[in-house]
Amino acid sequence: MEIETNNIDGVGFMIHIRDLYKSFGDNHVLQGIDLDVHNKENVVVLGRSGTGKSVLIKIICGLLKPDNGLVEVLGKEVDKLNDRELRELRLQVGFSFQNSALYDSMTVRENLAFPLVRNARHLSKKEVSQQIESVLNDVGLSQTINQMPSELSGGQRKRIGIARTLILRPQIMLYDEPTSGLDPITSIEINNLINHVRHKFNTTSIIITHDLTCAKSTGDKVVMLYDGKFIKQGTFGEVFSTDDERIQNFYKYNFID
Amino acid sequence: MYFKKSGKYFIAKKVDNFFIGLNDALQFVLRFFKEVFRPPYEIKEIIRQCYQVGYQSLFLITLTGFITGLVFTKQSRPSLAEFGAASWLPSLVAIAIIRALAPLVTALIAAGKVGSNIGAELGSMKVTEQIDAMEVSAVNPFKFLVVSRVLATTLMVPMLMCYTGFVGMLGAYLNVHQNEMTSFVSFFQAAFDKISFLDIFASLIKSIVYGFTIGIVGCYKGFHATNGTEGVGKAANSSVVLSMFLIFIEEILLVQITNSFRP
Repeated sequence: MEIETNNIDGVGFMIHIRDLYKSFGDNHVLQGIDLDVHNKENVVVLGRSGTGKSVLIKIICGLLKPDNGLVEVLGKEVDKLNDRELRELRLQVGFSFQNSALYDSMTVRENLAFPLVRNARHLSKKEVSQQIESVLNDVGLSQTINQMPSELSGGQRKRIGIARTLILRPQIMLYDEPTSGLDPITSIEINNLINHVRHKFNTTSIIITHDLTCAKSTGDKVVMLYDGKFIKQGTFGEVFSTDDERIQNFYKYNFID
Repeated sequence: MYFKKSGKYFIAKKVDNFFIGLNDALQFVLRFFKEVFRPPYEIKEIIRQCYQVGYQSLFLITLTGFITGLVFTKQSRPSLAEFGAASWLPSLVAIAIIRALAPLVTALIAAGKVGSNIGAELGSMKVTEQIDAMEVSAVNPFKFLVVSRVLATTLMVPMLMCYTGFVGMLGAYLNVHQNEMTSFVSFFQAAFDKISFLDIFASLIKSIVYGFTIGIVGCYKGFHATNGTEGVGKAANSSVVLSMFLIFIEEILLVQITNSFRP
């Protein structure tokens, strides 16, 4: 499928965030976030529940408006876009939800066809079917094509959710807690899938998680979010080699015996 | 801090919230009119929703419409008979059913059955992030979910109203036939003798307004559901309560307007 893209050059930032603030009433969730994500880079945002990790990626894809600060995605300032421009940008940005957010009343095939037929109206029925089968093969779930979401396991739902975003061939993938609620083996399968997607589709990704195994196996860069601010960025090794008690506590409780 | 706990504070907050809500609802209605004429059109979804609305309410409407016609005739008979005017029963019943009972009964049944369903369905989609998922897939959820449902209720409630009127008249005929052995043709000739074009036209307009109200209220409440499953329940419940309330207000206004056209 050919969708008009706004590629930026290979060395530019795919996502560029400066001084980002977001509050909900008295709850100051993000307090001056700076983040740069390069082309084809996987960035993991780590942090405890309720620290605003999901809010960050919802601002990136325009689901939430920032209170203050600059958020540029593929060179476009997200909160300045009109409806049509935002829809065009969203074709380039895939979002995998924490609970998968599959459409309950539709089969897997219909879930995958839904965004495709509405964004690529020139495709024939046969081409739509081919793309659905192809993306289901990529996530290893061809056999579920006629099943309802309620008939799928948690891991399968996550995979179908990822497949639904991949069908639009986005340049950027945003994963919201991709391994939450999954057993360790399924979590590893999802981590492998994230890496597979990156290599096959050349995507840039932000992965929101509190799972250190996921962070270690999928992230080029890890950033630690604490009290609405990034307190440390670097490779997994660099971040966790620090003496900072807040980071050490996070590490310790993730691997507690 | 002390001010925050005072009664004035709560009243001011309530008034504030009311106007914010009102503005929100008006924006929602305006957005519907903006989106409804803008392509692409979700024809398949509109047809599916029309089927859902009709199918969901058909059994209840048959039952309530029939019983309404039957009972209204039975209750009206003694008063008319007292004045020797039992022969006016078919026209009295026809006027009552076509002018008021059919549009109101249909709207109230649809508000309970369809409005709650729309509120719960969209509410559940909202709290499970399915609406957000549509938005990030570059699909306009308002167009797909709201426009199709509001159009379906606006189109189907008038059709259901005609059907209610028909089964209501059948119920009335059954009672009249039992008592006076009036034939089917004579009953309907007498019934429609006093019915004017204005009666039918006004009822159709009322049903269109009620259908729109049921759809837009259900969608608005569903679209703004929060707080998980509790929010879904609240959305379904408030869809029914608010649509019924608005239907009665609209009934008063529309009756006044219609009466101003009567000779």
